[in-house]
Amino acid sequence: MYKTDTIAAISTAMSNSGIGIIRISGEDAFIIADKIFTPFKGSRKIEDAVSHTIHYGYIMDKGKVVDEVLLMVMKSPNTYTRENVVEINSHGGILVMQKILRLILESGARCAEPGEFTKRAFLNGRIDLSQAEAVINVINAKNDMALDMSVNQLKGSISKKVVGIRENILHEIAYIEAALDDPEHYNMEDYGIELKPKLIEIREELQNLLDTADNGRIVTEGIKTVILGKPNVGKSSLMNSLLGEDRAIVTDIAGTTRDILEENIRINGISLNIIDTAGIRDTEDIVEKIGVDRAKNLASTADLIIMVLDSSVPIDDDDREIINIIENKKAIILLNKSDLDMVTSVDNVKEISDNFSNGHDKKIITVSIKENKGIDILTETVKDMFYTGDISYNDEVYLTSERHKSAISDSINSLNCVIESIESGMPEDFFTIDLMNAYETMGTIIGEQVGDDLVNEIFSKFCMGK
Amino acid sequence: MANVKEEYDVLVVGAGHAGCEAALACARLGLETIMFTVSVESIAMMPCNPNIGGSSKGHLVREVDALGGEMGKNIDKTFIQSKMLNKSKGPAVHSLRAQADKQDYSREMRITLENTEHLTIRQAEVSELMVKDNVITGAKTFSGAEYHTKAVILCTGTYLKARCIYGDVSNPTGPNGLQAANHLTDSLKSLGIEMYRFKTGTPARVDKRSIDFSKMEEQLGDEVIVPFSFSTNPDDIQKEQVSCWLTYTNERTHQIIKDNLDRSPLYSGMIEGTGPRYCPSIEDKVVRFADKNRHQVFIEPEGNYTNEMYLGGMSSSLPEDVQYEMYRTVPGLENVKIVRNAYAIEYDCINPRQLKPTLEFKNIKGLFSGGQFNGSSGYEEAAAQGLIAGINASMEILGREQIILDRSQAYIGVLIDDLVTKENHEPYRMMTSRAEYRLILRQDNADLRLSKIGYEVGLVPEDVYKKVELKERLINEEIERLEKITVGAGKEISLFLEKNGSTPLKTGSNLAELIKRPELDYEKLGEFDEKRPQIPKDVIEQININLKYEGYIKRQLKQVEQYKKLENKKLSENFDYSQITGLRNEAKQKLNMYKPLSIGQASRISGVSPADISVLLIYLEQQRRK
Repeated sequence: MYKTDTIAAISTAMSNSGIGIIRISGEDAFIIADKIFTPFKGSRKIEDAVSHTIHYGYIMDKGKVVDEVLLMVMKSPNTYTRENVVEINSHGGILVMQKILRLILESGARCAEPGEFTKRAFLNGRIDLSQAEAVINVINAKNDMALDMSVNQLKGSISKKVVGIRENILHEIAYIEAALDDPEHYNMEDYGIELKPKLIEIREELQNLLDTADNGRIVTEGIKTVILGKPNVGKSSLMNSLLGEDRAIVTDIAGTTRDILEENIRINGISLNIIDTAGIRDTEDIVEKIGVDRAKNLASTADLIIMVLDSSVPIDDDDREIINIIENKKAIILLNKSDLDMVTSVDNVKEISDNFSNGHDKKIITVSIKENKGIDILTETVKDMFYTGDISYNDEVYLTSERHKSAISDSINSLNCVIESIESGMPEDFFTIDLMNAYETMGTIIGEQVGDDLVNEIFSKFCMGK
Repeated sequence: MANVKEEYDVLVVGAGHAGCEAALACARLGLETIMFTVSVESIAMMPCNPNIGGSSKGHLVREVDALGGEMGKNIDKTFIQSKMLNKSKGPAVHSLRAQADKQDYSREMRITLENTEHLTIRQAEVSELMVKDNVITGAKTFSGAEYHTKAVILCTGTYLKARCIYGDVSNPTGPNGLQAANHLTDSLKSLGIEMYRFKTGTPARVDKRSIDFSKMEEQLGDEVIVPFSFSTNPDDIQKEQVSCWLTYTNERTHQIIKDNLDRSPLYSGMIEGTGPRYCPSIEDKVVRFADKNRHQVFIEPEGNYTNEMYLGGMSSSLPEDVQYEMYRTVPGLENVKIVRNAYAIEYDCINPRQLKPTLEFKNIKGLFSGGQFNGSSGYEEAAAQGLIAGINASMEILGREQIILDRSQAYIGVLIDDLVTKENHEPYRMMTSRAEYRLILRQDNADLRLSKIGYEVGLVPEDVYKKVELKERLINEEIERLEKITVGAGKEISLFLEKNGSTPLKTGSNLAELIKRPELDYEKLGEFDEKRPQIPKDVIEQININLKYEGYIKRQLKQVEQYKKLENKKLSENFDYSQITGLRNEAKQKLNMYKPLSIGQASRISGVSPADISVLLIYLEQQRRK
């Protein structure tokens, strides 16, 4: 949709490495920056700053320093989007960047739609005509990905809740509207008194959703981690071991491929979506042509691969095949079954992987999953890789999650407006304005537009007419 | 054999509520206009409910009036009861409804038509359109007469291949037993026009003398009558009113209906047309809302000089004997005598997707249409479309710019945009929930919103428009003045606020701020406003509304601003969307089908996603730069 409000997003890869940039674009970019930024020296406002200057200072949240940043001010029209642009260079790592983005969104910006910066750049004449097609592709690709995210990553139970809450809201709107359309038929005296507790309840439900969302649970946000290995090398045991006794299961996505098990766990505060390719076992009798293909597919989209080898037997062709698959991926190789006699050593594996151009990237760890030995080294390694920026989140997932959160908190605000209208004695027809806003906003979470929902609800639930 | 051949500027087919407005608009703009009807007696006939207005429909009548249409003036002359609905709700949903004397309504409209210059009324059935190179050249009647014209406006209502049905009785007639128009559909189809078949229905009319009103609740009109037309002086129309009556169906009624469902043409499959969900027959209500043990029945007079009463809420297509049986279960109707049976009516209409928002056919220049023919329902919806079709046909002939009202300007805009943009599978009824900017589209400010357009078109006289201009100025000046009158936190005001149940002032304020309080208004604050000028009532009303709902109104105005941005991004009618890479296939198909006039309209087509709109925007920009 073509909008000209102010948008923001993290515009560098979501990793803990080096510096991250958060970009704000739109008319209010400077006003918003002033709300969260305090310069190191003096009290000059960003709004009054000279264009194309860099400012050193702090991002503040309720009087507390969030991060020390460099802030770049670029005034319209000489910017990427031709709008006012602020870029905040943060080096506080991923959590801090998320926090800064949150502050920006709370100060009046909207989380950018997929490809929206590029779209604005083009529409405002910044990008060359020859690139129009490319722009369309970026938007479509990002949009597909975001759609995919919002539909597939949305936890089943959350989606159900959103649908349920929306149904309730719609029903209330429909009742009020039916009564307005046919006032001699439906009585609305003191309806506000009846409606208010219902709204408070809905608001609580939304608040709960938002609170769980803050734990990163609304969208399966995390590092896509694939466990690869031949049958019976201990892949499922590894999964179980990582999940531990208090299984920190965040999601069990019922995808189209039922044979692939996906779980979300947190290791040292890092969220991993672990995909166990255990289901491949179905075809283990024959040479696993299909299995290998599938593993290849999964591996190609993974952020991190954990390959499991059985160290009690020699490396065979199947293992080599898998090692080939992971050649260009971030990967950890586990030599499992160290409790048995080790036939394959770290050096044996290195011999193979050293032939790869970037083979030295692979971390090799000896473990015994059965005896729970070496798992701590594995988790430490994952943590190191994350904090050194070797592996990172998919930013689209994070942004989707952020959009969902904004949608929920916007809906809460709309409900508050209705409650305020009720309290100040406004007539009922005013209630539906904000109720409709809440309904519409929540629809964006599950990817639904409003269309004729209301009219259909009125006709199906309320007996209208002459 | 020599056939009659005549020339006119405009030919209007139909003399119902759409046809009347269309013909009047054209003739008043100086175009030679001929209006066809199958029966001159049926001009402005009300074949269903005996009232004009009601929720959101009242808004349409006010808008028609502000644009220079006739409906509001005509009902002001002929009403027998009047009521402002939703008076306890916000101003946006106040809605005027008046019971009409049907005979009077029809007669008064006929007098107006017959006394309008440039307007000819002709009784004949138009059977064929004449089109050359996708341009209309006129129409032929069933008798073979040819009328050569520059524009044709189709307002055929429910007459095309009409069939009236109850039980196993099916009469090939239009409403009220009038002659149907059986030939025009074929001509339209041969021109490639896609037709729908819709259905609607009406309840029985019964003899007043056979009703026991003592078992019913009396429904009175308002004590102070508000006119529909902005140019009617309220003092002139205060009069004695007749009552309507309320009674209810009961379990026994419902049982009779259930027992006879198999004899209903709807359930036996005899009726093919799609009926409206908002105006269900009583058998529909009983089936669909099975948990309700009673439904309302409004008994409404059809006029001052008839005994016929309309049974609002009990339309039906059940057989005659079942009608008697079920009506007689209703308290007060135990001995009721039916004058006219209830019936369902099926008729041909068009898929309105084929129209531009000007109500001209996309593929046939000079062919316009309005009313039920476009898939709507209701007298008011018809009048609104008839007026717009008439104005735009005239503008086209006169070589002037045609008018399109958008969704932020008028309910008429919402109505037409919905018809031509959204998929419509049942007769379309206006509802206030369809108007997303309804706080701005109030019935009380229709004159302020639309008189200018009516004046520029030439249908609103200068003196009327000058009055509206003055009204607008007075409102703005007075609000500005009120904002400047400061009120200190003195003793006098404290007492006043306390008396009115209002919280005391802590610091100084101004009169405009105080008016915003729900318990106060402009009139009440008069004692703190010594230099208050003499201003008319309707101006005071606007001041109160504008100040009291300022926050909400401002919010909607902001939304309108966003909306306008998309409306102002124009798309060409000749775009071939299949060539735009990046659009999804469904979007390409839909866009080619609808050929929207703006990005805004495109975004409202079902099957066009926000991502498709992004692609369109980029494509537009690409074209612009080439």
